[in-house]
Formats: sequence, structure tokens, C-alpha cells
Amino acid sequence: MSGVASAPVERSAWLTAAAWRRLFRDRPIVPLIGLLLVLVAIIQFVQPGIVGPAWAGVILRASVPLAILAGCQTLTMLTGGIDLSVGAVASMAGFVTATLVHSPVGVPFAIAVALAAAALAGLITGIGVGVFRVHPLIMTLGMSFVVLGLANVWQLETVQTGAGVPDVLRTVGSGTVFDIIPNSLLIFVPVMLLILLGLRRTGFGRLLYAIGDNPIAARLSGARAWQVLIVLYVISALLAGIAGLLVSGLTNAASVSLVDSSVLPSVAAAVIGGTSILGGRGGFAGTIVGALILTVLTALLTVLGLPEPTRQVLFGSIIVAVAAAYTRVTGEA
Amino acid sequence: MTAATAAMSRIGPLGAALRRNAWTLSLVGFLVALLVLTKVVQPRYGAVAVQGLGTSVLPLALAAVAQAIVVIAGGIDLSIGSMMALTSVVSATAMKGQSEEFAVAVVVGVLLLGVLLGAVNGALVVITRVPDIVVTLAMAFVWAGFALLVRAAPGGGAAVWLKDLVVGPIGNEWIPKSAIALVVIVAIVWIPFVRSRLGLSVYAIGSNQLAAFRSGVSVGRTKFLAYALTGLFSAFAGLSLTASTGIGTPVPGPYTLLSVAAVVLGGVSLAGGRGGVFGPIVAVVVLQMIRTDMTFLNVNTNLAVVAQGVILIGVVMFGSLVQLRRARA
Repeated sequence: MSGVASAPVERSAWLTAAAWRRLFRDRPIVPLIGLLLVLVAIIQFVQPGIVGPAWAGVILRASVPLAILAGCQTLTMLTGGIDLSVGAVASMAGFVTATLVHSPVGVPFAIAVALAAAALAGLITGIGVGVFRVHPLIMTLGMSFVVLGLANVWQLETVQTGAGVPDVLRTVGSGTVFDIIPNSLLIFVPVMLLILLGLRRTGFGRLLYAIGDNPIAARLSGARAWQVLIVLYVISALLAGIAGLLVSGLTNAASVSLVDSSVLPSVAAAVIGGTSILGGRGGFAGTIVGALILTVLTALLTVLGLPEPTRQVLFGSIIVAVAAAYTRVTGEA
Repeated sequence: MTAATAAMSRIGPLGAALRRNAWTLSLVGFLVALLVLTKVVQPRYGAVAVQGLGTSVLPLALAAVAQAIVVIAGGIDLSIGSMMALTSVVSATAMKGQSEEFAVAVVVGVLLLGVLLGAVNGALVVITRVPDIVVTLAMAFVWAGFALLVRAAPGGGAAVWLKDLVVGPIGNEWIPKSAIALVVIVAIVWIPFVRSRLGLSVYAIGSNQLAAFRSGVSVGRTKFLAYALTGLFSAFAGLSLTASTGIGTPVPGPYTLLSVAAVVLGGVSLAGGRGGVFGPIVAVVVLQMIRTDMTFLNVNTNLAVVAQGVILIGVVMFGSLVQLRRARA
């Protein structure tokens, strides 16, 4: 952004405040990783010996679903939107899979139905946001009511039949290789690559930034925002569905409100990761670090033995503090 | 909905007034239609049910007013549910086993607490310049955490006079006290506010922040005060929860998101600067009536949640279609 102007001071730049500010603004991932390492160091200090490969595996395993959900928020926030329906959609996907597991057609069918239902919800959301220009906050909020209600109806319909989290989901969601590397990376790494490359290398990714940064300019340069938005919300719902399957595998539970508590943290992870809720700025790499920071933070507060309420208070305060620090150095909201 | 179309085809002062309030009027029309429908499907629907409706609607109606103020100012407050929980547990805990007179002090103190909570939200939004939605989202954790620190499980008590303020009929068996309480609170706080300089400033910063700034409105101060007022109404809502249930519950109810829904249904633009508090209050009653009607019709109550979502989306879609058409014409 200010590459030309800063050229003369480049040599001693790493010492000056302005350089730090520039680093924060242009490469937010560096200070974020620094923050993550500080948190890990604090945990190690508080409880020496806790940090190790196995611990890292546990943290990673817990971060994966949150990072995917935060990916939904990142993608939608880039266009100036938000997706509050991820909790309902994710819970629904896990729940539907669990209820269909004993069907004659089997687990792949159950997963396919769950993801198809998620995609359908995303399609409707996308049509609402893209074609009817309903505010994304309202559209996804309304959609979460619809999905939750329908999932509850489905629950009553299927209450007689046996249900359970399929073994394959348990293996993928909570299993590990050599007790260290979580199996869920099998799902997460492709998803991560798709989002990272999709945002950086494809026209679709560019369009997301363009629409979020300046919708009028994007329209005048020939972008059909409604098409982009429909595809975007379908992708977001599919990601939420995948995350829901992983959560139900991780917790070995399936309920219509299983993932609800992750909605606000997913927004927080994206915000901490440097994605602007106003659109046009951010990326998925920062979001992944944001999700890791939140998970490590939760672990730290648990290690400190703080009761749940205190944890909530600190959690909220830290989100405000990080977001404020971020806004200060980048000079924009 | 017919009132809206009728208003558009007519011209003149009456037509203009109709047109300005078309959204609220059609909402009232919708409510009347719902009431007629209710009477048809359940002929026994009467005074008792209206009393129940009044009591159950009050907390959400006050939450909707709280949300409306901050949305008109161009912000949004996702911590309303948590502020309600905190004020509710504080009041219930403080009133438990105390005298009736002491409860008066508690009520005043809790209202001040609400103003303080809202002021903290507002100060953070103004000073940090972090988007409202992020700040209030984070503060929702903080206030809910404090609520749990005050009281880990539901409990406490409420003064008899406080319960008497909102439960039961007054004068006629058809008029719930809670409705009167709502009208009084809104009349005492909202009407002077909206007629004051501050009220005008709130509409101004919500409508166009830069234009308001250039006309000499102190944007930061106005936003801060709007949040404080939202905190005050959240405290009213929290107190009404305590009064109607007799206890305080530390876990936030679904009020935050429902208040956003009610505000939008009530014709307050999320972009800010437009709408009032009457629309959102009617919208709250409509949402509750839909739930009631579905129970009477023996429809699965879970479908009522679906219906709320569908109506929310449908109404907003309809609204934006009307706006798009107007923009084209």
C-alpha cells in the first residue's frame, strides 16, 4: 500500500513504530502468530510440561471445526455479509446424519442427505441475499430459525428409530494418528487449500473482495453480484455442514443445537484473524490463526482453573482488546 | 399489506401520512387479521388468554424498544439478552428476603446499572472504533459471564409490588397491567427522548453520519448516549423478567436475536435513521400471536419457529422489493 513512500527508511524500519504498524496492516498474520506463541508460552509457564506434541494434537483437533466455521464467516464477511446460520446448519447436518445412520442405504447416503440439506439452506439464503437484497444478518438469522425448527420437526419424526454418530465420523472427528496428528486434518487440509487458493487464485475469490470493497464499482466492472452471492452462501452452508459432521464426530453427540455455541466464537476468530466485518479486507490464513488463538485461550483459562463465568468475561474482553488494537494500527474499522 | 398499496395510490396530506406510516399500519392490520383468525379457530380465546399474552410479551417488547434505539442510531446491540440476564439476576438477588421499600431502591439501582452497562458498550464502540457488531458480540460474553458470577443458578425473589405491576388485569379484565406498564415506560422515556435534541441527533447520525457531523452533531457523544438508553431499556426488560417470573435467570434467553427480528419486522431500517418503537412492539405481539395460533391449530410448535423465520425473511424480502420498485419508478 505504502511501498513507495517507505522505501528510504526500509533499512532500519524494523525498529520504528511505523514499521510495526505497517507489518500489522500488511502482514497481520505475523503478529497474530506472535500472540499465539505468547499464549502457548504462558500455558507452558503456568503448567510446565503441558505443551508437547500430544497437547498440540488436542488443540488442533478442537480448532478444526471452529476454523471451518470461521471460514464461513471469513468468506461472507469479505463481501460485507455475515452468516449467523452456521450454527443451525452445522447442528442440523450432524443430527440428520446421526438419524439416518441405520437406514438401509448406509452412512454415505446419510452424509449426502445432510450436506444436500445444508446446500439447500445455503441456496435459499443466497437467493435472499443476492436477488432480494435482504440484509445478510437478517437473512441468515431467519434461516437459522427455519433450519432449527425443521430439524426439531425431523427430531420428532425420527424419535422412534435408533440413531447414533456413525463410526466413520467418530474416527475422522476425534481419532488421531500416533496419538498426535488428528484425523480431521484429512478433511481440513483440502478445505483450507481450497479456500486459500480460491481466494487468491480464482476469479471468484477476487469477486468476493471486489463486491465487499466497493459493490458499485464491482457492478460497473461487470460483476454479477447476485450470482456470486448465491454461490458464496451455498459454499458457506456446505462448509458449515462439514464442520457440523466433524463436531458430532468429535463430541460423539448429535443434537439440533450442538454447534450453536460456536457461532459467536467463529465470528470472533474471523475478526481476530484480521478480516473486516465491513468487507473487502482479510483472508483465511489469519482466520486459522484466530481460531487457534481462541482455542489456546480457552485451554489457558481452563488450565488457570478459572470458573466458566470468569472465562466468558475474559474471553469477551480479549476479543474487544484485540479488535481495538487491530483497528488502531490499521487505521480503519 | 393492503394499507401500503392503498397509501401509495393516494395523494395529499392524509395520503402522505398514511404512506409514512404504511409499514406500521399494515403491521397493525396483520395483527388484527391474526386476532380474528385466533377467535375463529379458538372461540374460547378471551380475557384470560389476553392476560397471558400481555405478560409473556413484555420482556421481548422492551428488548425490542432497546434494540430499536441503537439500530436507529446506525448501530446494533447483540448484548441485549446478556444485559437483561445480568440486570434480572442482580435485581432478583438483591430483592430476595428484603423489605418492599428496599425493593424500590433496588429497582432504581438496577435501572442505573443498565445505563452503566449500555454506556460501557457505547464508550467501547466510540473509543475503539471497532464495528458495533463485534464490540457488542464480545460484550455479550462479558455481561453473561457477570450474570453467572452473580448467581450460578436461577433463583432469588421479587417484591410483591413489582410482580403486581406486570401480572394481572387492571380496570377491565381485558387490559393486562403489563400493557399499561409498557405504555407508561415508553411514554416516560421514549416520547421526551424522540422530541428532544438528542432524539433528532440519534436519527441524524443513523441516517447519515457525515452529514450529521457536518451539521454540528457530536456523533460520538450521541452514539454513546443511544447505547446508554439501550442499556436502560434492557434493564427495564430484565426487571420485567424478574417481575413476571419472580426469579432471576443467569442464562440469557433468546431475546437478542428475537429483538433484532422484531425491530426489522417493525419497520426500523438496519441501515439506521428510520423507524420508531411502535412498529417493533406490534411486531413482537405478532410474533407471539403466530406462536399461539399455531398451538391452537394443533400444528407442531417447532413449525412455529419455522414460521417466525419464514415471516421474518418474507416480510423483509417484500419490503426490499417495494423499495427497489420505488427506486426504479
